[in-house]
Amino acid sequence: MDGKVSAIVGNNGSPGKKVQAKSHDKALFYALLLPAFLLVTLFIIWPVVNTVFYSFYDWNGFGPLKNFVGLKNLRTLFRDPLFWNALRNNGIVILFSVCVQLPIAFLLALLVSKSSSRPTIFFRTVFFLPYILSEIITGVIWRFIYHPQFGLLQQIFAKFAPDYSYTGFLADPKTVFVSILFVIFWKYFGFHMILYVAGLQGIPPEYHEAALIDGANPVQAFIYVTLPFMKNAIQMSLFFCIIGSLQVFDVIWSMGQGGPVHAAETAVVYLYKFGIKSSKMGFGSMVAIVIFVICLLFNVLYQRVINREEK
Amino acid sequence: MTQIKTSRRRIPSLAEWTKFAILILFALVILVPIYLAVIGGFKTIGQLNADPVGFPKPFMAENYANIFLKSRFFAYFLNSSIIMVATVAVDVTVSAMAGFALSRFTVKTKNVIYQYFLLGLLFPMTLAILPLYIQLRAVGLLDTFIGVILPQTAFLLPFHIMIFRGFIKEIPTELEDAVKIDGCGKMGFFAHVVVPLSRPAIATVSVLAMVASWNNFFLPLIVLDDKDKFTLPMGSMDFVGQYLADWNVILAFFVVSMIPAIAFYLYAQRHIVSGLAAGAVKG
Repeated sequence: MDGKVSAIVGNNGSPGKKVQAKSHDKALFYALLLPAFLLVTLFIIWPVVNTVFYSFYDWNGFGPLKNFVGLKNLRTLFRDPLFWNALRNNGIVILFSVCVQLPIAFLLALLVSKSSSRPTIFFRTVFFLPYILSEIITGVIWRFIYHPQFGLLQQIFAKFAPDYSYTGFLADPKTVFVSILFVIFWKYFGFHMILYVAGLQGIPPEYHEAALIDGANPVQAFIYVTLPFMKNAIQMSLFFCIIGSLQVFDVIWSMGQGGPVHAAETAVVYLYKFGIKSSKMGFGSMVAIVIFVICLLFNVLYQRVINREEK
Repeated sequence: MTQIKTSRRRIPSLAEWTKFAILILFALVILVPIYLAVIGGFKTIGQLNADPVGFPKPFMAENYANIFLKSRFFAYFLNSSIIMVATVAVDVTVSAMAGFALSRFTVKTKNVIYQYFLLGLLFPMTLAILPLYIQLRAVGLLDTFIGVILPQTAFLLPFHIMIFRGFIKEIPTELEDAVKIDGCGKMGFFAHVVVPLSRPAIATVSVLAMVASWNNFFLPLIVLDDKDKFTLPMGSMDFVGQYLADWNVILAFFVVSMIPAIAFYLYAQRHIVSGLAAGAVKG
């Protein structure tokens, strides 16, 4: 049936029949989108709307919602130094990711994007490998590496600095967060590298050659040819990097639950510990809202910067 | 003949050596921890204590054997597999359909709907988890696999729709016209042209969905309660709790549990770059 209708339109496309085909197309359009729309609405948008609602209540998650407290949850949250500590840690993750992780990922992408020789593909495959390991596995592997008794680091210190008594970087509040940052780098730089590789492979090689023939040095060719072509890839990677840094949870949880003494707690760890685990659903919802607003602000700010660059 | 040989065997320049050294260094940073975990699983706790870095002597296959014989590994493995297969099937079908609709139809509301889906990228699962839990409890989906499958698929959809939309947009309109002349409608075009041509996008989305489902910890942790329904990451954490100090046994368990994810990845890795290139990076 549908075959016939579009065949008619394809052959003579008279206006009346076109309208008929269009309304048929419209129905098909919505039918194709319906499952995705339902899933996203029921399991993302609707719960998020409810989160906003719960955040004004004092509620343990059971029984009716009746203890309306207005903005009390927000005030409690803002007065809690542990929350600010968690946000500061998120800020450090973002800074570290944007200033260290992404540039290194870009450099490595430049090294492995051009040829499709066996070694290049090998390195690409290896660099992306940690991304596909679960955060739980990553956490355990690195707890082993940092282990005060069995770990690789202990061996290294014993060999090269026998005077230093290594007691485990994850057990010391001074070193735990830096150690986790290194693991975050280990796990995620490959994802960004692959985005950059995908971008680099989309650049027609003639452009680069043309610039070199015109007398540009490699650095100029990079700035004026490569970078403009990479805009989309860089935007994507920045977006995932910042949103991911604001939402980081599993890696930290699996490497010591944010401890010792809150040294490695981030906003979502805080949400899980003081909202979900303590059965304070209203308060937890407020934490979630604040995290979301920060994500949204970042996104708006970042779209602004991009749009300005375009002008 | 000789000429080709000499040109192949030319001495690499300093720049090439530096490049190679950098790549090797990073590859070692990634592979050494994984390698140590694998061989750690073959050691006794005494060996691990005396020499964690060296080669195990003698090789102890017992830790690995015990995982299959004594732990609930197979039950966890089966649960994770069921959830993963269902997630990939639903995710690929639904996001391919939506990506097709959003790239090949001229309907006014198209952009608004696309923006609505993209909004989903901004919400982490943690933000929705409390009400999601209450919603699932209300409809009796707590402690069921469906209660894990549907929400986790929903959270994958925005990015995956984006990949399919970008990819399908690149298919030339001439092909669509040609199919029309042959008497096929939009759905015929979808089934006979779009789906076969979208193999790289399907591979990319499938791998991303497999990995996300296989590794998901937070959602199953909150939805599933019955130990018989635990997934591998949950089972792994449970296992760590049981064998707190026996690092050799823990390492063996984790090494075995990461094999499936690595296998999917190696199988489909050549498609990942092209899928991401067309979908995400070109937008």
